Amino acid sequence: MNEAQEWTTVIKPKDKIWSVDFKELWKYRDLATLFVKRDIITQYKQTVLGPLWFILQPVITVLMYMVVFGGIAGIATDGIPQPLFYLAGTCMWQYFSDCLSKTSNTFVNNSGLFGKVYFPRLIVPISNVTSNLLRFGIQLSLFVVVYIIYSTIGCAASVNWYALLFPLLVVMMAGLALGFGIIISSMTTKYRDLQILFSFIVHLWMYATPIVYPLSLVKGKVVAGLDMYNIMRLNPVTPVIETFKYGTLGAGEFIGWGWLAYSFVFMLVLLLLGVVIFNKTQKSFMDTV
Amino acid sequence: MATAIEFNNVSKQYRLGLVSTKTLSHDIQRWWTINILGKEDPYLKIGSENDRSTKADSEYVWALKDIDFKIEQGDVVGIIGRNGAGKSTLLKLLSKVTGPTTGTIRARGRIGSLLEVGTGFHPEMTGRENIYLNGAILGMSKAEITRKLDEIVDFSGCERYIDTPVKRYSSGMTVRLGFAVAAFLEPEILVVDEVLAVGDAEFQKKAIGKMQNVSQGEGRTVLFVSHNMTSIRQLCQRGILLKNGRIERDGEISDVVDYYLGSIKTVGDYNRMGNEMVRVQDFRVEKESLTLGDDLVIEVDIEASRNVENVDISFDITDELGKLVAHVSNFDDNYTIKHLNQGDKKTIHCRIKNINLAPGCYLSSIWLGNPYVMYDMVLGCIKFSVSQNTHFIKRITPYDKSAKVVFQSEWF
Repeated sequence: MNEAQEWTTVIKPKDKIWSVDFKELWKYRDLATLFVKRDIITQYKQTVLGPLWFILQPVITVLMYMVVFGGIAGIATDGIPQPLFYLAGTCMWQYFSDCLSKTSNTFVNNSGLFGKVYFPRLIVPISNVTSNLLRFGIQLSLFVVVYIIYSTIGCAASVNWYALLFPLLVVMMAGLALGFGIIISSMTTKYRDLQILFSFIVHLWMYATPIVYPLSLVKGKVVAGLDMYNIMRLNPVTPVIETFKYGTLGAGEFIGWGWLAYSFVFMLVLLLLGVVIFNKTQKSFMDTV
Repeated sequence: MATAIEFNNVSKQYRLGLVSTKTLSHDIQRWWTINILGKEDPYLKIGSENDRSTKADSEYVWALKDIDFKIEQGDVVGIIGRNGAGKSTLLKLLSKVTGPTTGTIRARGRIGSLLEVGTGFHPEMTGRENIYLNGAILGMSKAEITRKLDEIVDFSGCERYIDTPVKRYSSGMTVRLGFAVAAFLEPEILVVDEVLAVGDAEFQKKAIGKMQNVSQGEGRTVLFVSHNMTSIRQLCQRGILLKNGRIERDGEISDVVDYYLGSIKTVGDYNRMGNEMVRVQDFRVEKESLTLGDDLVIEVDIEASRNVENVDISFDITDELGKLVAHVSNFDDNYTIKHLNQGDKKTIHCRIKNINLAPGCYLSSIWLGNPYVMYDMVLGCIKFSVSQNTHFIKRITPYDKSAKVVFQSEWF
C-alpha cells in the first residue's frame, strides 16, 4: 500500500522556492476578513476624536506643506491650488506609507500570535493592506469635498479621463507597499538594525516622490551628470502618484503608458520576490525573532 | 489502523545567546559554505545535547535530536519529560509554528493545535467577536463558527458576558472562552500543550471530559503535553518520555510514567536554588507508599562548604499540581543545627507524624537556610503517595480530589 499519497500534511525543513499554497490562503479568507474587521474596530478605541483623526492627519499635514514648501520655499504646484495639490499627493502617499510601515513589522508585531498557532502568515499583511483602505477612503472623500469646493469657486483643476485609472492605481499602491513590506519584514526578523534603517529610508522616500513638488519641476535638472527627471521616474511610486494627480487635477502632463507599465511590472516582480522571501522566512522566523 | 502522525528522524537546532556581530559572521559563513561552496551547513555538525543543567560548550543546541515515532489514528499520546526536554518544541514542529532543522513529519487530517488558550484574543472586542476571530485563527470558517456558536457559548459558560469586551473578563473566563472555541474545532489530530493547568477545578474537569470525548467517542488522535501525571494517566494510552531532546522511553502510559517518576534518582537531577554554602548531598525516604495515618520518615545528608551558624531545614509538601499543603520546619520542634565547619557532613532525621492527607501523590522540597539566606533548596524531590486506610475504605464514593486533609472523627 502506498501510504505516501494519503498524507495531508508533510513538514520538511526546506521547501521548493515556490511553494506558496494559494488554496490554503483562500481557505483562510474568513480570517483575513476578521483581521480587517478587528483592525477597523480597534484602531481608534479609547481616543476622544476617534475616526476624526483620519481627517485631521492629512489636514494638518497639508497645512504644514503649505507653510513650508508652498510659502517659505515657494515651490510651484503646476498652477493647482496648493491645498488640492498637496492633499492629492498626501492621500496617496499616506496610504502607501501606512501599508508599508505596518506590513514591514508583520513578524515582529505578531510574534506572540505566530508563535502559538499556524495559519498562512501572508494573511496578516494582506489584511493590513485591506484595512488601510478604510482610512484611505475617508481621506479620499476629504479630497473630493475640497475638490468640489474649489471647482464651485472656479479654479484651474480639471478632472479628465485618466481619473478612471484610479482603481488600478490603488491596486498598484497596495501591491508595491505589500511587496516592499513583506520583503522588509522578512529581513528584519533577525537583525533589527535593518528595521531602523528601513524606517529611515521610507522617510526619505517621500522626498524622492513628487508629493510636495510637481514632477515637471525636475525636468531638465541635471545633478552630478544624471538626468534627475529620468531618475525620478525610475521610482515605481512616481508614475502612480503622477497619474493620479494628472487624472484628477489635470496637473502637469501624463507621465506616459510606458512608465505606468514599468511601475506595474515592477510591482508584479516585487510581489513575486516578496512572497518567495516571506515564505522562506515564515518557517523559521520564530527561532530568530 | 492507519498511521495518523509520523516523525521521521526529526531534529531541531537552536542557537543560544544573543544576536550580535558573531551571529552575523556565522550567518555569512553559513551562506558562503552552502551557496558558494555548495557544501552542507557547517553548524549542523556541531551543537551540544539539550541538557539544561550543564554549561553549554557550543552556541548551538539540539532541542530535539533524531525523533522517530509513529502514532496510530485514535491514539491518545502523552508527552512527558522534565522542563526543557523538548516537549513543547515537538508540539511546535507538529503545529507548523516553526520548521524542523532536519527530518520529516507527516500527518493525516486536519491538525488543531492548542499551544495556548485564546490565541489572538483582542481585549477591546466582545466575547462573540473574539470567538469568531479565535476560531478563524485556529482554522475554522465563518460559517462553521456560526453553526457552533451556541454550543461554544454554552460550553464556555460566559453567556451573560458574550457581548462584553474581553478586557472586562476575569482571567478564568477568558480561558474558558478560549478553550470552548478550541474544543469545537473538531480536528482529526488535536495537539494540546499544558493548557489545562489554568482555570478552576470545575472547568478542568469539564475540559478533561471534553478531551476524553474527543478521543474516545469521536476517534480522534490526541497529543497531550502535561506535567500533571494524574491527568496524563487518565487521558492517555501511550506515553513518550523525552529526555535532553531524545526519546527516552515510548510505550504504555503507566509504564512510561512510572519509569519517568523512577528515573529521577540523584539529587543533582532536580531543579535547585540557593547559594549552596550548605548543600543537600543526598536524601532518603524510609517508605514512599504510605497508608493514611502513617509517619513519613526522611533522612537528609548535608555538607557545608563554609563555616556556618544556625542552619534551618524545612520541608514544603505540595500536591501534584504544586499547591502547598503543609510546611514542616525544625523551628517548631526546637531542633537546631548550631554550627557547621567547612567540610562538615551531617545526616538529619525527621519523622513527620500521622500523615492525614487525602489519598494521592505528594511532593516535598527540601530547604536549607536561615532567616536571611537560602543555602540550598531542592525542588519537589521527595515523592510519596498516600492510600486509603481501613477506616475510610468503606466509602462508596471516592474522595473529591480537591479535599486535601482527612480528619478522623468520633460520633456520639
